[in-house]
Amino acid sequence: MVKKVITGNYASSYGAKLARAQVIAAYPITPQTSVVEKIAEFVASGEMEAQYIKVESEHSAMAACITASQTGARTFTATSAHGLTLMHEMLIWASGARTPVLMTNVNRAMAPPWSVWADHLDSVAQRDTGWIQYYCESNQEVLDTIITAYKVGESRDVLLPSFLTLDAFYLSHTYETVDIPDQDEVDKFLPSFDPPYKFDVEDPHLFGSLSFPHQFYMEWRYQISLSMEKAREKILETEAEFKKIFGRSHGGLLDTYRCDDAEVVLIAAGTMASTIREVVDWYRDKGVKVGLARLRVFRPFPVKEVRELAESVDVIGVLDRSYSFGYGGAFFAETAGALYNVPDKPLIKNYVVGIGGRDVTPDTVSGILNNAISLKDKGELDQEIEWIELKEGGD
Amino acid sequence: MIEIRFHGRGGQGAVVASNLLAMAAFREGKDVQAFPYFGVERRGAPVTAFTKLDDKPVRIKSQIYEPDHVIVMDASLLKAVDVTQGLKAGGLVLINTDKKPQEVHGIKGKIATVDATAIAVKHGLGSREAPIVNTAILGAFAKATGIVKIESLVESILDSAPAKKDENAEAAKEAYESVLMGGE
Repeated sequence: MVKKVITGNYASSYGAKLARAQVIAAYPITPQTSVVEKIAEFVASGEMEAQYIKVESEHSAMAACITASQTGARTFTATSAHGLTLMHEMLIWASGARTPVLMTNVNRAMAPPWSVWADHLDSVAQRDTGWIQYYCESNQEVLDTIITAYKVGESRDVLLPSFLTLDAFYLSHTYETVDIPDQDEVDKFLPSFDPPYKFDVEDPHLFGSLSFPHQFYMEWRYQISLSMEKAREKILETEAEFKKIFGRSHGGLLDTYRCDDAEVVLIAAGTMASTIREVVDWYRDKGVKVGLARLRVFRPFPVKEVRELAESVDVIGVLDRSYSFGYGGAFFAETAGALYNVPDKPLIKNYVVGIGGRDVTPDTVSGILNNAISLKDKGELDQEIEWIELKEGGD
Repeated sequence: MIEIRFHGRGGQGAVVASNLLAMAAFREGKDVQAFPYFGVERRGAPVTAFTKLDDKPVRIKSQIYEPDHVIVMDASLLKAVDVTQGLKAGGLVLINTDKKPQEVHGIKGKIATVDATAIAVKHGLGSREAPIVNTAILGAFAKATGIVKIESLVESILDSAPAKKDENAEAAKEAYESVLMGGE
């Protein structure tokens, strides 16, 4: 174990190296590029034994990862924003083909107007692709999640691809202290990838065949759905096992902080959750019962955890760093959906915040908390969806 | 928490400076965060970078609006940017200039100066036209504030400076000895 001060992007590179990823296929895009640049250095220097495939687009990067995974190789790629959305077709292929590819996505806004700054639309828009989605809060979590996500995704109960996301610049280019575990410890924790079926000239199978409507297409999709359900338990189990060896964990699917007796809770993902933690402590010091529930995993959605949280809370404020034009941010809509069929729901309000990298400061968080507390006092919403800190004239 | 804001121009090494300062504080047991504002830098354009250090975990992940100290790596920025915006009372403004602190006008608060450009040129860091002043100004900052020890800074430079490690370490040490402190 060695502690280093490194960026979130480099934490990704070290994670891929420690996990012994065997095939890396990637295409550069700001602010992701340094992830795969560092891996290229590792491969060139012989520190990492891997095939590094330079491709002509992100679509090809994902296609290469899928097929490499089908030969039984552990695969890794990284992208961001326009790169991720260009992969969309191949993302659905990856889950359909049951290939546990792993990817780092640096969460960046979509153009136009051009913006390279933090925004969750790129990954939230991949909700229905069948990928497990982790949203990271710190560089340490980035490194650790790469190691645990391989174990979850490659387990035979799951066999699904996963991506983890880092907020552009807030993690990708921010230097933080990261505990880099020893290779032999990681090797003990993470066995090599052993898929039940793979491309093998000695043992041929047909992959990616046609299925008529009366055949097995629907059942194939249903099985993916069952595997995604099993991923919930597997994520918790794998994290518990990781903690035993490495002494750290990152909160399962919904990472709650000071929620036990909270009356008002904010749900948020990514780096803003870290700022919210600090502000929650300030309110708690004044005796105000607020808490944070960090949405660490968006797919599978933590339905059970959100329902348990809602049992004792008066107001849930859901912070979305993306927006679905037409009705609300996705985290809000999913939270509200998860709670529709339970009695005694709390009030739920959507705060749209930090779009295109607009800084989410402690003042931003205080403003949201004060509003949410006022809703508790009044017992009703002022409005269901509110865009926070719009500039004057923004409407 | 101690928060330091760097003002530089693209190519002077402000972002690396913010990292090296964080690494020096990390060597002294602090939790740290260092980051640029943010991306798409061009050579010569104004650049801002930030370092936060604390005895407990640094959790706030937003920019610095009320810095404890400010480092100005190019004196021409004093005309272009409000470098003291939000600066806390008693905070230091460290400026790279060949002037003495009392000769710098229009800046409120505590001023220190160092001729980091001359030191960088002397040690062959960057070119005469575009010297890389980051390690020199950090040496001056270590002396002017005492926030990190010069030894920790030199170790960080020798470990992590992207090039010319020894020359950068010498520049930091020379600036440490030659920084000039002004009054309030």
